[in-house]
Amino acid sequence: MPAGCAALPERRARGPPHAEAREIVFDFLQGYDLLGAFWVTVQLTLLSAAGSLVWGTVLAAMRVGPVPLMRGFANAYVNIVRNIPLTVVILFTSLGLFQTLSINLGGQRFETINFRLAVLGLVAYTAAFVCEAIRSGINTVPVGQAEAARALGLNFTQALTLVVLPQAFRSVVGPLTNVLIALTKNTTVAAAIGVAEAALLMKEMIENEAQLLLISAIFAFGFVCLTLPTGLILGWVGKKAAVKR
Amino acid sequence: MKLRKVTAASAVVLALALSATACGSNDKKDEGSSGGGGKIKVGIKFDQPGLGQKTPQGYTGFDIDVAKYVAKKLGYDEGQIEWKESKSGDRETMLQRGDVDFIAATYSINPEREKKVDFAGPYLLAHQDVLIRADDDSIKSPADLNSKKLCSVTGSTSAQNVRDKLAPKADLQNYPTYSACLGGLQNKQIDALTTDDSILAGYASQEQFKGKFKLGGFKMTNENYGIGVKKGSDLKDKINKALEEMVADGSWKKAVEANFGPANYKYEPAPKIGDIKS
Amino acid sequence: MSSVLYDAQGPRAKRRNVLYTVVFLLAVVAIGWWMFRTLSDKGQLDWEKWKPFFSGSEAWTTYILPGLWNTLIAAVLSVVIALPLGAVFGIARLSDHAWIRVPAGVIVEFFRAIPVLILMIFGVALFSQYTSVNSDDRPLYAVVTGLVLYNASVLAEIVRAGILALPKGQAEAAQAIGLRKTQTMTSILLPQAVTAMLPAIVSQLVVIVKDTALGGALLTFPDLLAAVGPMSSYYGANTIASFTIVALIFVLLNFALTSFASWLERRLRRSKRSTGAVLAAEDEEINPAAVGGGFGSGASA
Repeated sequence: MPAGCAALPERRARGPPHAEAREIVFDFLQGYDLLGAFWVTVQLTLLSAAGSLVWGTVLAAMRVGPVPLMRGFANAYVNIVRNIPLTVVILFTSLGLFQTLSINLGGQRFETINFRLAVLGLVAYTAAFVCEAIRSGINTVPVGQAEAARALGLNFTQALTLVVLPQAFRSVVGPLTNVLIALTKNTTVAAAIGVAEAALLMKEMIENEAQLLLISAIFAFGFVCLTLPTGLILGWVGKKAAVKR
Repeated sequence: MKLRKVTAASAVVLALALSATACGSNDKKDEGSSGGGGKIKVGIKFDQPGLGQKTPQGYTGFDIDVAKYVAKKLGYDEGQIEWKESKSGDRETMLQRGDVDFIAATYSINPEREKKVDFAGPYLLAHQDVLIRADDDSIKSPADLNSKKLCSVTGSTSAQNVRDKLAPKADLQNYPTYSACLGGLQNKQIDALTTDDSILAGYASQEQFKGKFKLGGFKMTNENYGIGVKKGSDLKDKINKALEEMVADGSWKKAVEANFGPANYKYEPAPKIGDIKS
Repeated sequence: MSSVLYDAQGPRAKRRNVLYTVVFLLAVVAIGWWMFRTLSDKGQLDWEKWKPFFSGSEAWTTYILPGLWNTLIAAVLSVVIALPLGAVFGIARLSDHAWIRVPAGVIVEFFRAIPVLILMIFGVALFSQYTSVNSDDRPLYAVVTGLVLYNASVLAEIVRAGILALPKGQAEAAQAIGLRKTQTMTSILLPQAVTAMLPAIVSQLVVIVKDTALGGALLTFPDLLAAVGPMSSYYGANTIASFTIVALIFVLLNFALTSFASWLERRLRRSKRSTGAVLAAEDEEINPAAVGGGFGSGASA
């Protein structure tokens, strides 16, 4: 800290505060891989979003399906996963799956292994929330739709995939957007197993540099840039997509 | 009916608020006691068997014994010591802010740290080394680590050394604690755990791991463990004197044997005060 | 609803379902067996590793319970501080004056857009550089700061949604009998909204408890999760065992809270004299009322 305090007045002498801040930001961009870290965050988000959408839909299908065992499994899965901290899930992928069960997901170096493990953990966790959202969406589809589908002679899989789910998805864009935003923010937890994403870089920068407020502002700004447009765009999409009843 | 529910709600909120104020007063008490008055605050590690380990019976390890001896010479008996956990990344800040009076926590003296804090000692000379599986013959020199998977702890100098000098190409994973590396080492997902040999010996000698791990014996660096004090503190000279006495009256030898003996760790002889091996 | 999706099962469907059940069961059992075998091969299921938790209370009193205590303190402090803050901001967002409504909205949306971990990392540095809070309390302060900033803004949305979910007639009737805006809010809307929000608030507590673990894993906050470190190094690297026990405690604790929330919700829904507006006790991640208010998905309860 003393080093930082000594550096500050010297910098101040150079010009007006905003010019000085711009200079520091420029130094940061050179000294640290800011964009790279946020790119990892984005990758984590997109891959986990795709994965959890698939796995969450499967879980939701199991929960409304005719096989009692699958219903029970999906139920238990959702209830357990929702109540575990994400940090525990992510740490478990590294300590349990990787170290103990020797699952390295085809990665050779820690960088790849950790990244894939983090995606796996985020998918496992987020899918529980996707499942809940889709199930609530299924509940908004009028009973008549499913009854009509059955009257046409469609079986469960057909009724679900051709009639009910397409309508359900249109009504859950809003809740799924919230899941996606929460997921974007949750990717920071991957720092716990050393994935070089935004939060880990922020921690490193705060330890090495003195400009706490500026660094925090940069990272806050980065996340606002990621989450606010997502919310606005998908909110608009959701309104367009919703089935008017 | 509705009124009852609102009262119930406010009762919940009130209960929460009350418990919060209870905690609040608790905090204040803590602050009062740490303000001084017959206590000395010592920073140690909580999770390093042999050096500083929190156990159900209290704290044990070589660092603890040294700290107790030093504290006694400074005029504090065991009951007056307040132990605090000082993680590797926090040590300089804790001293600068006066959160602790001194730190004995596998704290190696190096020029970068000396800019921020003062060191008494050294009181032990250790070396960076690797812990590998007992049946692993592929690591014969530090250069062999380049193709291996290494594990260390976030913020430790060992991790930095590996990346900067010893084996720049090694694949390095950092965890919050050393014990998190051991499972992977045993299951061949990690090839080596690197840090000071004094720490590694403690892990290698644990009941569950007897015969499974060995030390590489590379002596890759010299780690001069010192006792960290605030910059410019007059404690430095007093602690140096205490450490000299500790070696002279045989307590040092006794502590080393008690803590490292079971681990079969070949410790270096007691270093001279101020003799920092680079 | 779910039963509407498929017909009453005939003999063929029943046979097919039995087949599915068997295949699924086999898959689950196979995975479970493989995990069990691997864990026991690696010695993770040895009694030695699990003994500390089941024989004697040492492990509990030395490591787990102090950690759990810290987790609970952080969670309770956060809720108690965040609740009034959230209420103030939630009501401010409903204000008729743009100069109150807009800044409140910006602040709430800002803190909801930022990960709690980022707020906590900021908190740690803030308290160590600019305050005299000592090192013992600093992680707690940082964790609570992060949780309060984030959850106050989430609770603000819950409060707002709770008030908006009340039938319009309530506010209109209040105006009709000549109450002022403040009076309408404090004596008509808020009391009803608080009741309706209770389940949502309790489930927000689950989110808070889960988030305290971030402080343990990344910020030296000595919480339940952080207890795994010294505990597993003392008991011979029983990391998996320690970890499982800690995870179980988290699940049980949160499960109790979740159950309480849905019980509360059912009870409030059932009572006939209620206005019918009860915010669901769903998690923040999917509850549009709790999170989506600003994004146009509407405050439907």
